[in-house]
Amino acid sequence: MTDIEKNPKVRQSAIGAPSPAHEGTDARREGLDARLVVERGSFRLDVALTAAPGDVVALLGPNGAGKTTALRALAGLVPLTDGHLRLDGTELDRTPPESRPVGVVFQDYLLFPHLTALDNVAFGPRCHGATKAQARAQAAEWLERMDLAAHAGAKPRRLSGGQAQRVALARALATHPRLLLLDEPLAALDARTRLDVRAQLRHHLADFEAVAVLVTHDPLDAMVLADHLVVIEDGRIVQEGTPADIARHPRTDYIAHLVGLNLYRGQAEGHTVRVDDTSSVTITTTEALTGPAFVAFPPSAVTLHRDRPTGSSARNLWRCEVAGLETHGDQIRAALTGELPLAADLTTVAAAELDLRPGAAVWATVKAAQTHAYPA
Amino acid sequence: MTSSWRGGQGSRGARGGAPLPLLLPALIGLAFLVLPLVALLIRAPWRSMPDLLTSTEVWQALQLSLVCATAATAVSLVIGVPLAWLLARVEFPGRGLVRALVTLPLVLPPVVGGVALLMALGRNGVVGQWLDSWFGITLPFTTAGVVVAEAFVAMPFLVISVEGTLRAADPRYEEAATTLGASRFTAFRRVTLPLIAPGIAAGAVLAWARALGEFGATITFAGNFPGRTQTMPLAVYLALQSDPEAAIALSLVLLAVSIAVLAGLRDRWMTPS
Repeated sequence: MTDIEKNPKVRQSAIGAPSPAHEGTDARREGLDARLVVERGSFRLDVALTAAPGDVVALLGPNGAGKTTALRALAGLVPLTDGHLRLDGTELDRTPPESRPVGVVFQDYLLFPHLTALDNVAFGPRCHGATKAQARAQAAEWLERMDLAAHAGAKPRRLSGGQAQRVALARALATHPRLLLLDEPLAALDARTRLDVRAQLRHHLADFEAVAVLVTHDPLDAMVLADHLVVIEDGRIVQEGTPADIARHPRTDYIAHLVGLNLYRGQAEGHTVRVDDTSSVTITTTEALTGPAFVAFPPSAVTLHRDRPTGSSARNLWRCEVAGLETHGDQIRAALTGELPLAADLTTVAAAELDLRPGAAVWATVKAAQTHAYPA
Repeated sequence: MTSSWRGGQGSRGARGGAPLPLLLPALIGLAFLVLPLVALLIRAPWRSMPDLLTSTEVWQALQLSLVCATAATAVSLVIGVPLAWLLARVEFPGRGLVRALVTLPLVLPPVVGGVALLMALGRNGVVGQWLDSWFGITLPFTTAGVVVAEAFVAMPFLVISVEGTLRAADPRYEEAATTLGASRFTAFRRVTLPLIAPGIAAGAVLAWARALGEFGATITFAGNFPGRTQTMPLAVYLALQSDPEAAIALSLVLLAVSIAVLAGLRDRWMTPS
């Protein structure tokens, strides 16, 4: 073990941005380059992932989409049926998990209940050949970095959710992984803790110099923590890009729902998009397009009326029925069916004035200026 | 919570009483289990007890029993825990059959076990003849033979107990350990073993108690030589024919040892935490 590896801070500055010397040489390329194919019964996962050192990639998707399987395949806990896995130019697909330079933060942390926080973190260095004293010294350093020095002697069951999460992160980082995997890192936390821990985790991930891949079903976690999102549905990548790009241009219902947008696919002709799967409903848009297109607009862009509005400047007018209502922060979100399925946000006062209740008939309008159309 | 509290209160009144068709057999069952032990205490020759218990033969038998039962438990731990791990964690063809074979000694009459051991490890046995001619090791009718017979009968208790605990333990802790660089053996030693320690202890106690009381396989495979292979149960049985008072005294000693074990371990392992 070199001095650089012993001191995470020194190491961090020593290996900073990806070194340009390696770029373009395929054999020795820094970062992650993987195509993960895992077949299990009728389920097939097939995703390609690439990331440079310092990148934080989020795998986002509904339950059962294969996110966790992808993570387990990266860790070596699930064998690849096909594909490849290269990390910093080294083939890893046949390497057993204990020999991979990979650290994992499991969903429920899996801190060893019989060991103290310190010994949990020291476990990795110890397995990598450090003496007990060295391993403990390194572990103490990591706990210090995580502001957990005071809890070094505590058993996991005496730690709060947020503390346990940081111990798990320290434990994973203590082996100096070149690939850090986080499985639903915030799912086990209550709403208040989550906010703090998310901010801390973001800070620690920003410091991490190698590739980090996190799995989540929470779009907010993904957008806050990651700089690249990969959306997986049914074992396949349906969309990837920066959080901002995906939020603005969702390409599936799932993503649109995640980012809180109404999304429709249809055929564009100029400023009109004829929506697929409806009886000739059209949406008037700002952008002029031709051919297959998506139209998206936020629920806040929808205005509801009890009676058919007259003299409204909105070109998009549909007759709908309230299917359900739910509170969304200080707003009420109405799910509408009818000519066009819609989500609409309105204030509690407005909802009361409109006397909205499930089954009520309403008119919905959307200004063309608030829609966003893009090619499919 | 509320219902059990009510039940507790109600048992004083008419409503909470257990129905007679259940209560009666229950009480008979209790009496059936307790009465023989009480009878043992009633008929115990308390006056001559000190003399009986200080005789060399009793001490020899007790010492031999404790040493052999402990050795048999140690043997069971060394080879039984890995066997339990294999059954619980590794998928291989015929695993169900292997598990059935492991549990067979549980239901096999111990005498049959003793005969089987003779056929395998006896001086002319399948393996025993080689042990004899190559290493000069003879197991039957030796103290080591007692340990072998007891381990054969007691180990399944340990294996079953440990396998159950392993199955209940979360295998993902082992996965977590491997992602930290631990080999599968290191993961077992440093993570799984401490996690299943209570189950191992419970299994060891069961095995030890079974070994202590072992009679059939021991007398068949190891014989009945005072000081060498005559354990307490054998001594009790023999004494019953010549000196019933001594048999009662020896039985009381075994009873006391059993109660001591139960009391000593109950708080630590026998109550659900």
